[in-house]
Amino acid sequence: TVKRLFNTSHSSVDSKEMKKFQLLAHKWWDEEGEYSALHSMNDIRVPFIRDTLLNMSSSYNLGSPLSGVKILDVGCGGGLLSEPLGRLGASVTGIDPLEDNIRTADQHKSFDPVLAKRIQYKSSSLEEIVEESMETFDVIVASEVVEHVADLEMFIKCCSQVLKPEGSLFITTINKTQLSYVLGIVVAEKIIGIVPEGTHEWEKFVPPEELERLLESNGFSVKTVNGMLYNPLSGSWSWMESTSVNYAVHAVKSGAQGQPSPTDALSEMESEQPSATAGTTV
Amino acid sequence: LGHDIHFHNKKIALLEAGPRKEYDRMPDSYSNRVSSISPGSATLLSSFGAWDHVCSLRLKPFRRMQVWDACSEAMIVFEKDDLDDMGYIVENDVIMSALTKQLDAVADRVEVFYGSRAVGYTWPLPSHSCDTSPWVQIELADGRRLQTKLLIGADGHNSVVRKEAKIKNVEHRYDQSAVVATLHLSEATDNNVAWQRFLPSGPIALLPLSDTASSLVWSTSHEHASELLAMDEESFVDGINSAFWSNVNHSDFIDTAGAMFRSAISLLKPSGTAVRQLPPSVAKVDPESRAMFPLGMGHATEYVQHRVALIGDAAHRVHPLAGQGVNLGFGDIACLAHHLSAAAFNGSDLGSLKHLLKFETERQRHNVSLIAAIDVLKRLYSTRLAPLVLLRTWGLQATNALPPVK
Repeated sequence: TVKRLFNTSHSSVDSKEMKKFQLLAHKWWDEEGEYSALHSMNDIRVPFIRDTLLNMSSSYNLGSPLSGVKILDVGCGGGLLSEPLGRLGASVTGIDPLEDNIRTADQHKSFDPVLAKRIQYKSSSLEEIVEESMETFDVIVASEVVEHVADLEMFIKCCSQVLKPEGSLFITTINKTQLSYVLGIVVAEKIIGIVPEGTHEWEKFVPPEELERLLESNGFSVKTVNGMLYNPLSGSWSWMESTSVNYAVHAVKSGAQGQPSPTDALSEMESEQPSATAGTTV
Repeated sequence: LGHDIHFHNKKIALLEAGPRKEYDRMPDSYSNRVSSISPGSATLLSSFGAWDHVCSLRLKPFRRMQVWDACSEAMIVFEKDDLDDMGYIVENDVIMSALTKQLDAVADRVEVFYGSRAVGYTWPLPSHSCDTSPWVQIELADGRRLQTKLLIGADGHNSVVRKEAKIKNVEHRYDQSAVVATLHLSEATDNNVAWQRFLPSGPIALLPLSDTASSLVWSTSHEHASELLAMDEESFVDGINSAFWSNVNHSDFIDTAGAMFRSAISLLKPSGTAVRQLPPSVAKVDPESRAMFPLGMGHATEYVQHRVALIGDAAHRVHPLAGQGVNLGFGDIACLAHHLSAAAFNGSDLGSLKHLLKFETERQRHNVSLIAAIDVLKRLYSTRLAPLVLLRTWGLQATNALPPVK
């Protein structure tokens, strides 16, 4: 049975956040502009998603590594991440509550006949598509989104509902530490200006422990947590041990029985009996 | 690129002005346009299966390269310690045929338009203000239109792509033309050495084609080049032999200074001087094989722009004295293919400047010093002036003695 876990007056979309992004809706595709850091983030987040999914599947075609995979890009913005995933062969549905963003995304993909068919954009919040998309997607990507949502737990519950069992959830976001305040807000927004001012509020940053807790208690098994670092001089991202500023998470929705999956990602796909161990964190 | 696994779902168009060239076996006579292929270039060609075709048609490996001065006894010898090949002399037609075969093998991804010519290019506006298509539009002479995410200009030193993209080119015409011909040797020999002698009028090189034939590349003044083409075959052959064998340009001063330096070296480094070998003598030239073309140098200030990349002679043009021109181009290809392959595997837009700039930086760093060095060598060896001859004599002798510098 489908249970409504929310009431219509309560949503994970924060209207103040929406206003911030409205002003910059047409700037998405300027690689050197306000969103240049997000463009260069593709250099690490696309390989992260691609390689994690390739490692989990037993057969793949290197020419089109994600073909056959249905991906939901939540908070897709102008489609910066949807497009490379589409180029790698995935069928992508990108949703964003802001209509202007969807319009920009639609226009940008329209010039490429291949992408125009592979990617569908919808102006919508996550809750609004839950009913028609139960257990529809193989993968959900929520990159640089959870630090903007109003109710994180509800967001995660909705992700779980639209994700197929054993499906993957990829999140990139910002930690809530002193360092992330200094680097992520003071330096990034006010001093160097690589992030438009006012984009982020430190209060809404999410520490990885909190994110893991919410994931694990809502039917997910966290597989990977990796720190990310942005170098403003080179304009490029790299992985780092510490998660004190930015980080990425890969979690897998547990199997049909609703019990936590075994730790081995491969055996997850094959095993029919849940193991006795509780879900683990890497 | 057509053979790259990450390009399996991409579409590539190749616009070729010439006709399709494919040979099952080569004609008996050799073509007068040949290239010296370095081992690195051979590796590139074998990475997509073209080198096998080259080997099955014909090529000549060489083990040794002797380069010496007409104005002194100074010389330098290049060879590998192990008995590996230093390089290969291959006719350009052979390479074309090998490439054609491998293009046929990926015909579902690569479409070759033979006998085509682009007459107009429309460049995209900056990416964030697009009402019109953000791709490059190309109009062909026959009226067809193509659009692409990345345009690669490989159209030679007079590149139209480069001019249309408004990329500035630093260029300089040398007062020289190169004369090429196919020569037959007086007697059959192992012929696995490439010979080059620097005459004051320009370098003359003999590149082995087989045990009895070699290819000539003689860079000299425009007037002399025309004379060489006009004269009868006997005089032409005499001129070549004399260029390699005569000592008329020596002066006692230079010879003595050179000899002194050489004995100094042999004291310090006994193995540092080598015996000068004599090149084979030429008996006759293939009729109809003589041709000439003007020489120059050029370097594009940028190799890339949004959705455009230049490779090969379109990006850089050098004097043939070092036999490097085509190998620089192959190096460009290996580098660009590597970056495009990685970009494709990341789902990136292939025309994005991000990875194109990486290609440009890598190649410019490699190419600029080599191009400058070739130009300097050309100028240094164009003179009879004693001080410069002494400089290059000692320099060459020292370089021959010091492996690291070599």
